Amino acid sequence: MPETIEMLNALTLFSNFVLIPGLAYGSQLALGALGVTLVFGILRFANFAHGDLMAFGTMVTILMTWWLQSLGVSISPLPTALIALPIGIIVTALFAVATDKAVFSFYRLKKSPPVILTIASIGVMFMMNAIVRFIIGPNDQRFYDGEKFLMKAREFKQLTGLDEGLSIRYTQVLTVVVALVVVIALFWFLQRSRTGKAMRAFSDNEDLALLSGINPDRVVLITWIIAAALATIAGVLYGMDKSFKPFTYFQLLLPIFAAAIVGGIGHPVGAVVGGYVVAFSEVMVTYAYKKVFVYVLPEDWQPEGLSQLLSTDYKFAVSFIILVVVLLIKPTGLFKGKVIK
Amino acid sequence: MRKTLLATATALALSASMTAMAASHSEAIKVGVILGFTGPIESLTPTMADSAELAFKEASESGALLDGKKIEAVRADTTCVDAAVASSAAERLVTSEKVVAMVGAACSGSSTAIATKVAAANGVAMISPSSTSPALTTVEDNGMFFRTAPSDARQGEVLAGIVIDRDIKEVAITYTNNDYGKGLAESFSTAYKAKGGKVAISAAHEDGKADYSAEVGALSASGAEELVVLGYLDQGGRGVIQASLDADAFSRFILADGMIGDSLIKNVDGSLNGTFGTLPGSESAGAKMFLDHAKANGIDGDGPYRAESYDAAALLVLAMQAGKSADRASIAKNIMSVANAPGEKILPGQIAKALKILAEGGEVDYDGASNVEFSEVGEAAGSYKEVEVAPKFNTMKVH
Repeated sequence: MPETIEMLNALTLFSNFVLIPGLAYGSQLALGALGVTLVFGILRFANFAHGDLMAFGTMVTILMTWWLQSLGVSISPLPTALIALPIGIIVTALFAVATDKAVFSFYRLKKSPPVILTIASIGVMFMMNAIVRFIIGPNDQRFYDGEKFLMKAREFKQLTGLDEGLSIRYTQVLTVVVALVVVIALFWFLQRSRTGKAMRAFSDNEDLALLSGINPDRVVLITWIIAAALATIAGVLYGMDKSFKPFTYFQLLLPIFAAAIVGGIGHPVGAVVGGYVVAFSEVMVTYAYKKVFVYVLPEDWQPEGLSQLLSTDYKFAVSFIILVVVLLIKPTGLFKGKVIK
Repeated sequence: MRKTLLATATALALSASMTAMAASHSEAIKVGVILGFTGPIESLTPTMADSAELAFKEASESGALLDGKKIEAVRADTTCVDAAVASSAAERLVTSEKVVAMVGAACSGSSTAIATKVAAANGVAMISPSSTSPALTTVEDNGMFFRTAPSDARQGEVLAGIVIDRDIKEVAITYTNNDYGKGLAESFSTAYKAKGGKVAISAAHEDGKADYSAEVGALSASGAEELVVLGYLDQGGRGVIQASLDADAFSRFILADGMIGDSLIKNVDGSLNGTFGTLPGSESAGAKMFLDHAKANGIDGDGPYRAESYDAAALLVLAMQAGKSADRASIAKNIMSVANAPGEKILPGQIAKALKILAEGGEVDYDGASNVEFSEVGEAAGSYKEVEVAPKFNTMKVH
């Protein structure tokens, strides 16, 4: 039996490279997937522009952050971006509503099949893509100015006397906390508030909802505002934790859709669970466990190789595989969502 | 009326100058300058060409070249990315312009195409100032291809030597997933293993990702304590370093030329003290003399491959003088003898002096701006600066 200290070392190592990054990444994906799932559930189409809506919201927030920084506004140790976030959400919501008026409402009024709306959303995606690149450029932007570490790996080692360090970044804590608050608020809104109930009714059966006097324009408007808010929050959290680059946001679309579909698209709880499932699969499948095994296993069982299932290059392949497997085996997802037709 | 007069005068002046040019043409020796004037390195090549032509100008103005011959540079564009365009441009230089030798090409792909299809076939020597691909060392060139830029294989060796000298016996390697990264990682690990080092893991990273913590997790799981980063300082290389510092997986890094620059220190959050690496270049007297000499002629010599371009052109001129003929075969034959010892050392700005020594039957050893010394296959051994962060990049030694 390995000693307790060895177990603790293994646990720390695992937390440092798998648990904490996975938790933060999962929260970011969950927020993104919630937006996709909401649009799908209520407006009935898969919105491919969601990744770029995230990029747009983040861009507005970054520009606001820079402006605030130039004025000398700061809430250290928290990042300035948190003050800029509400403005980012408002601008992005206006932008999303305007996009809906300009593009999606046309097809909705014509009662076009969902696939037409989805294809229109690909067009919108390219437009947003270009707008973001046009305004802020295609390069990396860093805008996080808060305190960086809650716990530094080296400090952790000194504190505990373990061989392995555990580093916790403020952005990771912030991500998990904000995600938690947003998810709780959203669920309360959907379950308890009048508008939330109207939205769920609209999602369940559009005709019946219309007959009972629910104003469809209002439901659509609120849906876009919430989707834009979720996209902006997810994007800003991702950008603070990692970095902002328009192309990586476009690439996020795949894991986000995988998350929404794993959980059952159209199902909010499913989106959250799906986000964590996809994030942990990506991180766990590509992590090299050699050092963990060295701590835990007796000496003659220890692996020679890296004990890595897939090279880190295959991260995106993991989302893809999850997507394909779920669609083949259980198209409704874990929580019995809708089936994309 | 006035307009007609003006037009006639201009026409007359033009034709006069054209006859004058034609006259000088018959005397001039044509040398090709074939670089990627359009394409991915179009921002570098104009000054490279200017630097090469500076050496030609010196030779022409000295009056000592083959009893007062002049050199005329003919530029041609390889596009850098299209090997077929590169070969046909070179073909034009060789067959219709009748150049006696070429400075170029710049990109490794263009150089390979021209060396095998044009230079070797027609017996025209070419000296590339900037092609660093290791594959060019063994290209089938019939002895016509030379380069004043060192092969990346050499950098791998130098870096491996430095790492061993610092008593580091085990490393993890991460490289950017392209030809540069792969070639360098290969040459480094071969040399490092030959010197008794152990490579625990050699993994590629993709540029342009937002997060490299997974990559760093795999690298640190290998058990190595030191990380060699062969990438780009504004790309994935920096991301890997940042993620390593954040997770305290590695505390110092071993870098190659693509990673070294002040922007790395500025953009990485955390201390890079003790990080070291290699960067092509030397701090020789020749390098400084070239900067002054170029500046006096209105060229900014401080930039990538400008010194190497000047040297490439100078070597061609000296080879003509050494063989006492602007004949293609004679130039190709004499390049090695003017580049290497024995003979009097020649530095930038001393081409006239070198021409005189050669005319009197003496020997020269051209060192030039980049400390030229050719290996058996005619490529620069190359000197590399060993730099270390404390807390900026400082040059420790020149290898």
